[in-house]
Amino acid sequence: MSNLAVLPIILPLVAAIILIFFNSKVHVSRALTKVFSLVGLGLTGYIMWEVINNGTIIMETGDWIAPYGIVLVVDSLAAVLVLTTNIIAVACAFYAPSAGLGEKEKYYFYPFFFFLISGVTGAFITGDLFNLFVFFEVLLMASYALIVLGGDKVQLRESLKYLLINLFSSMLFVTAIAFVYGALGTVNMAQIAQRVQEADQQGILTTVGILLFFVFATKAALFPLYYWLPKSYVVPNPVISALFGALLTKVGIYSIFRVFTLIFVHRVELTHEIFIWFAGLSMIFGIIGALSTSNIKLIVAYNIIPAIGFILLGIGVMNETAISGSVYYLIHDMVIKSALFLLVGVITYVAGTSDLKKMGGLIHTYPLLGWLLFISAFVLAGIPPFSGFIGKLLLLQGAFEGEHIMIILIGLLTSLLILYSVAKIFINAFWGDKDAMGQIKKKSTKGMVAPIVFLLSLSVIMGVGAEYFYPVADSIAAYLMDPQIYIDSVLKE
Amino acid sequence: MYKTNDLILRTTTSLIAFILLGFAVYLLLAGHNSPGGGFVGGLMTSAAILLMYIAYGVEAVKKVLPVNFMMLIPIGLAIALGTGIGSFIFGVPFLSQTFDYYTFPLFGKIELATAMLFDLGVYFTVIGVMMTIILTIAKDQ
Repeated sequence: MSNLAVLPIILPLVAAIILIFFNSKVHVSRALTKVFSLVGLGLTGYIMWEVINNGTIIMETGDWIAPYGIVLVVDSLAAVLVLTTNIIAVACAFYAPSAGLGEKEKYYFYPFFFFLISGVTGAFITGDLFNLFVFFEVLLMASYALIVLGGDKVQLRESLKYLLINLFSSMLFVTAIAFVYGALGTVNMAQIAQRVQEADQQGILTTVGILLFFVFATKAALFPLYYWLPKSYVVPNPVISALFGALLTKVGIYSIFRVFTLIFVHRVELTHEIFIWFAGLSMIFGIIGALSTSNIKLIVAYNIIPAIGFILLGIGVMNETAISGSVYYLIHDMVIKSALFLLVGVITYVAGTSDLKKMGGLIHTYPLLGWLLFISAFVLAGIPPFSGFIGKLLLLQGAFEGEHIMIILIGLLTSLLILYSVAKIFINAFWGDKDAMGQIKKKSTKGMVAPIVFLLSLSVIMGVGAEYFYPVADSIAAYLMDPQIYIDSVLKE
Repeated sequence: MYKTNDLILRTTTSLIAFILLGFAVYLLLAGHNSPGGGFVGGLMTSAAILLMYIAYGVEAVKKVLPVNFMMLIPIGLAIALGTGIGSFIFGVPFLSQTFDYYTFPLFGKIELATAMLFDLGVYFTVIGVMMTIILTIAKDQ
């Protein structure tokens, strides 16, 4: 019994409730948001330390032992993801006051921000399939509110699509859970895993697994279910886009991670083999989308899709090297995507447009922004020594061990094109004559750059200091490859 | 503009609203171990308040019930979450619950459960949400 496991979920909830009372006092809200996000970071840092040193933290709510009650399981994978979530929350909390939300800040932006964090954290921590659905709904409710915040016409249009696709996939999710419960008589993940193992994952169970995969694939925006993502992610304010891009799709891919490394692991040749192809197609179609547009926000949004493809690739290959690569890439991508969305937000703000064709010569006025974008392009594409490189190296090495040569070629080509798609922003927006955009007045970027620098330096450290981070990813992978550890720690056998 | 004649509605409302409110409180108090609960109690209370709005109009009810329904949402959430956080103080797992029997004058022996407090939070949240939604739509021209 340890109440520590539930704290990362409760703390944002408490923050959200308190912030509702202070909604009209913007300055108090801002200060409280910063304080709460920093406390959250400290707390999750401590939990991470605790998990690494003393092993998985398990909490049985209401003193109902597993599998009868709802359990919260903070294992090493959950802990590292929760920590990353809180790092991004801190960056966004510090960016938000200067993000140009204006009046929208008073439309309960900060409470919804914390409700979102709470839902995401809960989804990472829970050890119960139905509870996972509940936390999905918590974060989706908050995201519906955030995406439509302010109610511009274009926001309403995109949020309708977003809402419908998510409602549909949630419906499928409940149906799939009903199938699981009907077939196995439990929704506790550890017990599901145990029973699937006993039943040797017969036909119907694999079918249910694939159904769950499609649910999570919709949330994670994998091929062919990604069409709702790019446009709906670019319509809200950059800080909201950053939260969405960094966290929401990652909850989907995390769920695939959990379900297909813990539960449905007995028919790898049937399930995981397909994932590799989905991964490859996601990479190809995602990057084609990114190359097809000259809207810088859309370029970044489309880049989410190949990244999800890379993470799925590791799960598909399913050996220790590839899984550790997936974990590394997942963390790397959460950090760099939020940094890129924030960065693009600043560029759009200073240039007054998000259309690349109307930009040019920004480097003369904003050299720092230019170099930040330059570095993040390298980080994203996976140029050594940055963090993307380590993740991709491990992934491709794993794929090579599994003898999936085709996917390696696709992956390498995609990486190259990713670099091109982001370098295109750098070339078109920053190169060129000083007055390519006419006489532009220098706008203040105070408060907007520091969070980006914070996130980027983290990315750089994760790459340069891979020596210190790799063992963690490696131990997580080793842990994930043996589902029995999870089952035993939850069911205490 | 014709003058509405809603004598019957007003007369029955003054009677029915009290029955509804009384039954709503009963549902709230009974909810944790028999049919009912904070959610349905909250719905019923908002139905009663809504009936008063229909019969007497916005101005009159505002005078009788000077409550900002929006603020009931965070208050309810805080109560509900508070019952969970209480477990930290007593050093038991999150969301643990307990109950005991107490003897009150007039009422006799009554069971009091901490689950009721959670229901109370739900009750306030539901009233807040329902009234906010309905009044927002009603104000829309």
